[in-house]
Order: sequence, then structure tokens, then C-alpha cells
Amino acid sequence: MSRTITYREAVVEALADAMEEDERVFLFGEDVAEAGGPFKLSDGLLDRFGPKRVRDTPISEQAIIGTAIGASLSGLRPVAEIMFADFAGVCFDGIVNELAKYRYMTGGQVDVPATIRLGNGAGAGFAAQHSQSVENWFLNVPGLKIAVPGTPADAYGLLRAAIRDPDPVLVFEHKHLFNHKGEVADTAEVVELGRAEVVRAGDDVTLVATQLMRHRAVEAAELLAGEGVSVEVIDPRTLVPLDVETIGASLDRTNRLVIAQECTHDGSWGASLVSRLMADRFEMFDAPPLLVGGDETPIPYAGPLEDLWVPSAERIADGVRRTLAF
Amino acid sequence: MSKTASSTAAAAVPLEEQLDWQRAMLEIRFFEEECHRMFARGLVRGSTHLAAGQEAVNVGACRALRVTDTMACTYRGHAAVLAKGAPLDRSFGEILGKAEGLCRGKGGSMHLTDMSVNAIGSFAIIGAHLPIVLGTAYAEQYRGTDGVSLCFFGDGSTNIGAFHESLNMAAIWKLPVVFLCENNLYGEFSPIAHTTPVEELVVRADSYGMPGVRIDGMDIGVVHATVSEAVARARAGEGPTFIEAMTYRYKGHSRADPGAYRPEGELERWLERDPLILHERTLLAAGVEQATLDEMRATAERTVADALERAMSWADPAPETRLEDVYA
Repeated sequence: MSRTITYREAVVEALADAMEEDERVFLFGEDVAEAGGPFKLSDGLLDRFGPKRVRDTPISEQAIIGTAIGASLSGLRPVAEIMFADFAGVCFDGIVNELAKYRYMTGGQVDVPATIRLGNGAGAGFAAQHSQSVENWFLNVPGLKIAVPGTPADAYGLLRAAIRDPDPVLVFEHKHLFNHKGEVADTAEVVELGRAEVVRAGDDVTLVATQLMRHRAVEAAELLAGEGVSVEVIDPRTLVPLDVETIGASLDRTNRLVIAQECTHDGSWGASLVSRLMADRFEMFDAPPLLVGGDETPIPYAGPLEDLWVPSAERIADGVRRTLAF
Repeated sequence: MSKTASSTAAAAVPLEEQLDWQRAMLEIRFFEEECHRMFARGLVRGSTHLAAGQEAVNVGACRALRVTDTMACTYRGHAAVLAKGAPLDRSFGEILGKAEGLCRGKGGSMHLTDMSVNAIGSFAIIGAHLPIVLGTAYAEQYRGTDGVSLCFFGDGSTNIGAFHESLNMAAIWKLPVVFLCENNLYGEFSPIAHTTPVEELVVRADSYGMPGVRIDGMDIGVVHATVSEAVARARAGEGPTFIEAMTYRYKGHSRADPGAYRPEGELERWLERDPLILHERTLLAAGVEQATLDEMRATAERTVADALERAMSWADPAPETRLEDVYA
């Protein structure tokens, strides 16, 4: 049996279940406790678990990340919230120089089971400093796992897996999906890190997308179905580890690859994926791989401009058509 | 807590323990001298930052802790990590990049870490570890234990943002932390007066509503007494303390720096107040024989030389180990 819940409700439920399951788990960040979270992602948790386990912090991202590192070294399972993922810039050192490298630089003396949740993505008019797809900033930093849930089931399942994981995991929660509804099992399930989901099966093109783009990719696939084109949509769900096998196996059948991403080309997950697949499966491509992404600019504020920056279903569909026409 | 502390505090500590302080300081001094020679011989990669001159701060403070308490320090951290109880040979081994080094050769001089004695790390990004001890301290509070986190940092760290965030949050959460500033008067190559608008860093404690005290960091008795008091406050749930220990590094900032920017006579003046000499005087006054102290010095020198010899004999890390330890 299943039920329909929002992405937001899935996050709250995952946090609550994780805290029920393991008394070492605690949540902290700016306004997560008394206010129930700036996006209401921890609504009701203070009442249920008390101020020791659901805790407000000052506006101090460096202190938040440091606390996550220190507490995880000490055997707790901290879940830190960075309100807007863009604020990772303020605590970049803590994430990339300390959290990511702690285990390695100490020769494996410690595990660092910290979960960092970050509000990600564009589409709601937050302008250039509150809309980025920040997961891309961390792709070049070995030591961090990166989850990018796009549905309520994945928001629940990946967050649970992240909290249980013995390593640091960055979980990017997409702001434009918080009200998105989806099916979850009556007892929602943990989703293993590193397993892509084939969202829609198809034969002509492999279309890879995460988060908001996953939904627009499905819309594009529906549009194209009306034109007699069969699109396979795959959501990697985690970028590290990345399930290259599932995507590669699809490409081996379709021989065409399109990636829809909510970011610019250089240094992006899509560009990395193209590089890997081209290197390993060059002979499988019948057409050049295509990235549909944002313009090479910061994200604009005005609605019509942001709508042009963030790939639409139509723009993604057009990318697929061009790939097929090659 | 008073703004200054005087010696005589050491009188309350058993003589045997005070003798052990001297032994520990001697070993650290010989360790740092060996490191200096190792660099000169090209045995060490990258850079290194010696703590010779600052031993009383590191040993005096760490001896006020339990093994189960946490200690974090800076990239000038050999002395602090040894003072917390890391073995001499594996510390040398790490600096030499050996497989049996504390961190299996993956950290080096700037990142000595020994979790077995809760020396949780030496941090080479200025101020980066101050936020991290918030977490180790909160873990103690979370579990309802009375453990304490001691955080060493330099005067330069008090000008970086993480310092502010950390002292603020530690105070708000009443965390069991001792923030111990090793004020050696220079941030890298710059005298503190060129970078900092207040003469006494301890005044910054007031901004966070936490007690602050400025002490003579060359007198190990003073350091031990002051840190003990701060540790007792922390254990009792009364929150963090800021200690500014006035000290001096005898060498330059790093191996590349001869310290030529220091005014003439400054080093010599500090050498007269060398922590080993000061404490030796205290021990003699307490009735310890000069011969005992001489023998202790000779033993320490030999112990350190033996540890280095062992470390030099160890193998380099196996190539495949470079791929290990990224994820659990």
C-alpha cells in the first residue's frame, strides 16, 4: 500500500524516523527548532524530540559545519541544515578542507558520519545568490557523497540512507519541489546511495536528469511520445557515488544521450558524466551527447528571465529532437 | 576568574607530576630540534612550523586534562599532540611520511592526529578547528558526560571569522571548551600590532560574555593552574573560558622563515625566560637535585634520538594505501 505526501512532508518524516531509530541523531541549523525550519522542513520536531535534539543555531554556517564535524568525530550522527545551499560558500572550508578530508588525512583513524542538508535550486525567483545548483561545486572534492532527491520517496529514502551512512553526505533538497506530491510506501523505504532510477523506460534516447529537471524530463518525454519518440528517463539520485552502470546500459541500447541540468556546463555533473561515458563507451554513441542547461550567467531574478535560464520541458524536448536528427 | 594569575599555583601539584612536566617539555624540545635538523637534511616534505619556546603552554594545558578529554591544535602542533600523549616515534614517523606514522603518512607535520589519546587533529587552515571543537564539546553535553575540549590556536586566529562564530556559539550553548590562545606575538611574519587593534587579545572574551584571562605562558605552573580552573568550570557546566598565554616561538614561522623581522634582542630576552629554565628553577627550589634534572635531560635526549632512529627505519607507505581511507 502507498500514500501521497509532499516532498516537504517526506523530509520531516525522514528526520523524525531517523531520530526515533537512533538516539545519536540530532538536527540543528538556523531556525530549525522553534520556527520549524525556514521552509518548514522540521515542523513539529522540536515538540517531539526536545531542544537537545532539535536545535537552533546563530547565523553561523562555519560554526554549524564545524559542529557537525566535531560531533560526528565524537560518535554522534549530526544532521546540519544549511538553509540555502548557496550559503555553502560561507563554510566552504569546513566542508571541503575539513569534513571531506578528515578520514583520509588522519589515515583512517575516524569515521565522519555527518549529514549536511542544503536547500538547493532555482525556479522560485530567489535570484542569483539563493538559486544555484550547488552540488556541482563539490564534485571535484573526493570524500563527499552527494544526494539529489527529486521525489518525496527519494527525499525520504536518501535522507535516511545519508544519516545511516558512516561517511559525510551532502543532501541537496530542491526548494522548488517542496510542495511536489508523490507516492511513498505506507512505511516509507530507505533508498540506497548510488542506485539510479529508471523513471520511464524508452528505446530511442537516454535522458538523464535530477531534481526539478527530472520532472521536466518526464514532461519532455511525454511530449515526444506524441511524436512517436521513445525516451528513457533516468534519475541518478546520487552524484557520488554515481550509478554509471545503469546509465551506460541504457546508452548501450539507445545510442543517444541527453542530459538536462539546472546549471551551466563547465564543472557540472552532466559534463563529468559525458566525459566518463565518452571515454568508456565511445563506440556506443550514434550522435554527440547533448547537455541542456542554464546560460553561462548568474541566475536572473525576473520571472521571464529565470524561466529562460532554467531548462523547460520544451527546451529539453528540443535537445532530444536535435540529437535524434543528427 | 582573575585577569592575571601568578605562579605558586604549581605548589599544589605533587612534585612527581611537576617532574613529569619537565620531562615532557624536554622531550618536546629535543623532538623539535631533531625536526629542525631533519628539514635541513631534506628528509621532510613541504613545510613545518616548530613550537620550540611554547612548550609550557602545551604541556601545562594538556596536563590539566584527562586522556578522554579532547584536544585540537594548529599546524604548529607537534608539541601539543605530544603533550596530549602521542608517541614520539609514530609522530616522527608521520613527519617523515612513513607507513607507521600516526596518520599512515597521509597527514604530515601539519596534520598530526592521534585519536587514541583524543588529539583530534592539527589544523592548517587558520581558525578551522575552532568550529570543530564546538561539536566535540556538544557531544559531551549531549551525552551528559563531563568531558572537556581544549582548543589551542595562535594570535593570528583571533582575526579570522571562524573565531568569532565559535566563541559566540560556545558561549550561547555554554559548551565545555577551553579556548587557549598561544600569543607568540607574530601572525606568520607580521607583528601582532600591525594586524590587531587591541593590545591584549583577552579583551575579546568580553564580546562573548565569557571569562578571559591573560597569563605568562612561559611558566608551566601558571598555565597548568589557569587551565585547571577553566577545565573545572567547563566540567561543572559553566561554559567556555578564553585564556591568552603570552609566549614566543624561537624559530621563524616556518622552515622558509629565519625570523629576520624580529627586533634585535627580542629573542634573547625571551630565551632568558625559557620555560625549561623557569621550571628547572622551580624544581630546584622545591628540593630536586641538579643531578636528577641533568639525568632527566640526558634520558630525554636519548629517548628522542631512539624514537627517531626507529621511525627512520620504518617503511614508506605501500602504493595501494593511497587509495584507502577516503570512505569508511
